[in-house]
Amino acid sequence: MRIAILATAALLAAPAMAQAPTRQVSALSAPLAAYACGGCHGVGSTGSGPVVALAGRPEQEIVSAMKAFRANERPGTIMGRIARGYTDEEIAAIAAALSSWR
Amino acid sequence: MTALLTRRSLALGTAALLAAPSVARAQASLRLVIIGGGFGGASAARFARDTYPDVQVTLIEPRTRFVTCPYGNLVIAGKRQLPEISFGYDAVRARGVTVLHDRAAGIDAAARSVRLAGGQSLAYDRLILSPGIALRWGGIEGYDEAASELLPHAWVPGDGGQTALLRRQLEAMEDGGVVGLAIPANPFRCPPGPYERISMIASYLKRAKPRSKILALDAKEGFSKQPLFQDAWAALYPGMIEWVPGNRDGRVVKVDPRERVLETEFGTKHKVAVANVIPPQSAASIAIEAGLANAGGWVEVDPVTFEAKAAQGIHVIGDANTAPPMPKSGFIANSTSRQAVASAIALARGGQPPGNPTYFNTCYSHCGDEYGISVVNLFRPGGQGFVETPNSGGISPRGDHPEQRRLEAVYADAWYKAITDYMFGA
Repeated sequence: MRIAILATAALLAAPAMAQAPTRQVSALSAPLAAYACGGCHGVGSTGSGPVVALAGRPEQEIVSAMKAFRANERPGTIMGRIARGYTDEEIAAIAAALSSWR
Repeated sequence: MTALLTRRSLALGTAALLAAPSVARAQASLRLVIIGGGFGGASAARFARDTYPDVQVTLIEPRTRFVTCPYGNLVIAGKRQLPEISFGYDAVRARGVTVLHDRAAGIDAAARSVRLAGGQSLAYDRLILSPGIALRWGGIEGYDEAASELLPHAWVPGDGGQTALLRRQLEAMEDGGVVGLAIPANPFRCPPGPYERISMIASYLKRAKPRSKILALDAKEGFSKQPLFQDAWAALYPGMIEWVPGNRDGRVVKVDPRERVLETEFGTKHKVAVANVIPPQSAASIAIEAGLANAGGWVEVDPVTFEAKAAQGIHVIGDANTAPPMPKSGFIANSTSRQAVASAIALARGGQPPGNPTYFNTCYSHCGDEYGISVVNLFRPGGQGFVETPNSGGISPRGDHPEQRRLEAVYADAWYKAITDYMFGA
């Protein structure tokens, strides 16, 4: 399962590599950021107790939630503090990865 | 295209993107050796095994059971039992990691080999070194390993004996006793840990020995999540806790283990009923003996690859490295382990480490029943080291937020389960 996850994310990241030949960025970059979510959301972000699962959720739902947390428009205990650290591009990459996980 | 590929070919696709296929074939039996089976090492082993099926992963860890530092304070408070924070390596082994329960006695960076206490030598292509900390015996006059049997540190759990000893001493103490803590200057393992410990000891005393006091003698003038801890102490344990900062003679410089006396910089002697001495620390001895540490006793690393500045091929993660302003936390050890492993393997294959990494940290602390607080940080490589991302992270809101405190205590438990599942779960 995990192999498929990384491979998918790698394929997603591949076009970015092609567009930026001056700085070679590994395809693993986006999934590594997404792994951080698993620290609380469970292994593979499949949920941990009361902390919701993120794996397999629609990409747009994750992007909207993160942006709402970031704008302080959605209540949360720590997600606002977290979301404010990420750029639009990073949120998109993380959402794409989480969405592809099962 | 994705739909047409089998899982196996997807795996090969990943490898192809990471390195030229010919290189991948030539390095099919790349040897990744990991020293230390804690938050850094066990996380590194998990990530390496999940992500690089063709890499040999060997984990060297002397203990067959790992007792976590996180949640040790709950054991001290009697809220959890030691077996609940102890983990074995069966699942790590079942995943395909070769686990050697031996002590790494030395590293030959030039020959790329690790010498084991059992006599064996182990060759590696890349080494992940996550050995944790050593306590600086003698950093406080009179505080050595023998003294720690009388005045426990409970800061390096080992087999859990130190944690259990502090618990037993608190249980044996008479109501009305003073519990003294000596808290070190920065940097040290788990910046909020001493203050969570104060909170957890207070929660036990409030319940079982309400006339008792806590005297926290600190070498510093400030600490992690300070306003939140102090708000919690005032709300939950009024009059019980006295915190003495360094500039008010809080720095403990000497101890008398038999008399249970903590002596501060300007000669004040505090005789206490139970003393928890958290001494100054450094990287574990193997890192220092391998010549990896700086004058301060910590290992300087590249902020993208975590490769030691003093030696090629050795990636140092966890509390042994110096990566300010990142804290020495289990979450950071876990978060950085993946970047270190991905970098190590990419470099071994002649490729590039993953670019633009983010290192993420969330540290929860329990202040009392249904009362949790947190700090969140996001870091990136920058300048010569690491930079905290501006306008992000921070501590829980101050003020009257009972539902936030309750939820953060619940989420702290979820975090503990998630991270230990990642390291030790099936």
